[in-house]
Amino acid sequence: MNATVYVPRDAAALAVGAEEVAQAIQRTAAARGDEVQLVRNGSRGLVWLEPLVEVETPAGRIAYGPVTPDDVAGLFTAGFLSGSAHALHLGLTDEIPYLKRQERLTFSRVGVIDPRSVTDYEAHGGWRGLRNALAMSGAQIVEAVVQSGLRGRGGAAFPAGIKWRTVLNAPGEIKYVVCNADEGDSGTFSDRMIMEGDPFVLIEGMAISAVAVGAKRGYVYLRSEYPDAERTFRAAIAAAEGAGCLGEDILRSGHSFHLELRRGAGAYICGEETAMLESLEGKRGMVRFKPPLPAIEGLFGKPTVINNVITFASVPIILDKGAKRYADFGMGRSRGTLPFQLAGNIKHGGLVEKAFGITLRELLYDYGGGSATGRPIRAVQVGGPLGAYLPESQFDTPLDYEAFAAIGGMVGHGGVVAFDDSVDMAQMARYAMEFCAIESCGKCTPCRIGSTRGVEVIDRIRQGEQRQANVELLRDLCETMLHGSLCALGGMTPFPVRSALEHFPDDFGVTAKAARAA
Amino acid sequence: MSGTSSSGAGGAVDRDHGAIAESIEAHRGCEGPLLPVLHAIQDRLGYIPREAVAAVAHALNLSRADVHGVISFYHDFRMEPGGRHVIRLCQAEACQSVGSEALARHVRARLGVDFHQTRPDGAFTLEPVYCLGGCACSPTMMLDGRLYGRVTPERFDRLVAALERAD
Repeated sequence: MNATVYVPRDAAALAVGAEEVAQAIQRTAAARGDEVQLVRNGSRGLVWLEPLVEVETPAGRIAYGPVTPDDVAGLFTAGFLSGSAHALHLGLTDEIPYLKRQERLTFSRVGVIDPRSVTDYEAHGGWRGLRNALAMSGAQIVEAVVQSGLRGRGGAAFPAGIKWRTVLNAPGEIKYVVCNADEGDSGTFSDRMIMEGDPFVLIEGMAISAVAVGAKRGYVYLRSEYPDAERTFRAAIAAAEGAGCLGEDILRSGHSFHLELRRGAGAYICGEETAMLESLEGKRGMVRFKPPLPAIEGLFGKPTVINNVITFASVPIILDKGAKRYADFGMGRSRGTLPFQLAGNIKHGGLVEKAFGITLRELLYDYGGGSATGRPIRAVQVGGPLGAYLPESQFDTPLDYEAFAAIGGMVGHGGVVAFDDSVDMAQMARYAMEFCAIESCGKCTPCRIGSTRGVEVIDRIRQGEQRQANVELLRDLCETMLHGSLCALGGMTPFPVRSALEHFPDDFGVTAKAARAA
Repeated sequence: MSGTSSSGAGGAVDRDHGAIAESIEAHRGCEGPLLPVLHAIQDRLGYIPREAVAAVAHALNLSRADVHGVISFYHDFRMEPGGRHVIRLCQAEACQSVGSEALARHVRARLGVDFHQTRPDGAFTLEPVYCLGGCACSPTMMLDGRLYGRVTPERFDRLVAALERAD
């Protein structure tokens, strides 16, 4: 028997045993005399089914999962190399409803290709966007990104094309392109999945940006908590250089673009763009005052494009298929798609790329299948540790930047963390303040001191000490942090705190009226 | 600087000096070399020895205060050796939603140490971490650089017992 088998090397798949499964498959195949070509792909994003093993058949790729090493012998006996029936048989991968109902643009290749193969990338449409860009002027590339409506996917949602235009028009010989891969928000992993599952798309997006603004050097600032992504991405940089897609004279265009990966060192604040620049320069990750904007004075004082992994990774398809095709997805001013990440207490956790406009309820139930524990979902945090906690009554809000802002929330980086009815929301509010205290860079007082005072006030409320007065104090403190902090860490920590208090006053031992008054 | 390393043995001191010098040499030419240099030292020695501060400061034309300030700012860098095995247990929201706090209680009791501590026999260091990117297979932890998902107390005990046997 001769077959191609896919076993992911994505960190989440490895975390639940994919390496052991891959080894068992190789061992068993060798013992049986089967010839198996093993491809270590990225994850399809159906994390609850990991390790998800796929087999190439004439009908298409057939999936089995979740596979343990103990299942492997039985899979061979059942004839899984030809896609035969088995208790873990899931049918054609592309027909699994969770995947079939998605709109994968940015993630179209993730889990499909061999992430370390330049030729596989090219065979699946890679480098077409860059080739098109190389035939255009910088202004034309910028215009295409503006027309696509692409907004920064890291959380702030600033129009990417406008930022690029600022850098293009900024005077100076030396400019930089920097990718923020410091994906520190709990409940998010789409950056990691791209870097492990389709790293060349990030390289291509950054190269297009560099060509557009006239930068010759770029950095990817990757958090140290992602060693698997680091290995894959370093290999991808070397492979792209070897293929002439990075370095001097990329694709024989006359343009050069040198890309380097830099590892962070465990500071959440370095996901804030100016703290990240400080860190890249070799300093403490202290937030900078703005202005000047990084687009004018960024890395080493030079004009710098800073975008998130998903933003850059969405650019190649825009330059390949056209701005209009991308902008046709989405609603209102939120154009295109967002790779949502379903996490926490959810039955079917994973990655769901959909056009903006899907509701939270659809994500949680149609995709997520409800909570993992089977208990009612009581609260959902969208947008990471600085995002609001939303109660069931807000689950019908469409995921759209403006619609979420209108209810005091934020879509952010698209992370969705579900909690069942055993959650203590006063404890979660306390944690939000505690996290801010641990991760504050210390530059501004509302964040540095306010977060510690916040923990103390919430402790007093939870202990029943002058509840009403302390709730008022907490609200007042939130106002101070909101308006007086230098960056989003101190400025948005009040979002989870206030939303927890407003929507779940019982957990603080106060009435809804008391929670709102102050 | 005293030039003594934690082990106090002459061979270890030479090894440390060599590793520090090579780490500096490998990265001093790059833009913003300090973090790459510090990472290289810690990757090789497991921590950043005191004598590295002066050497790095001198080589990169920084003050020792600058270097010390950077080391102390970042959670990753340590100036004392850690345990032979480092466990980083995720305590962020997604893991909390599926019981990471109860798991942390179990882990602390099993190892007999609190967060930020190393067991007296030097076998394990326990650190909290805020997100490992395995939020769809929580609770997660990182053990000696490898990610583990869907961690239960039983799975944790098996992993630790295997390491204890191997040591």
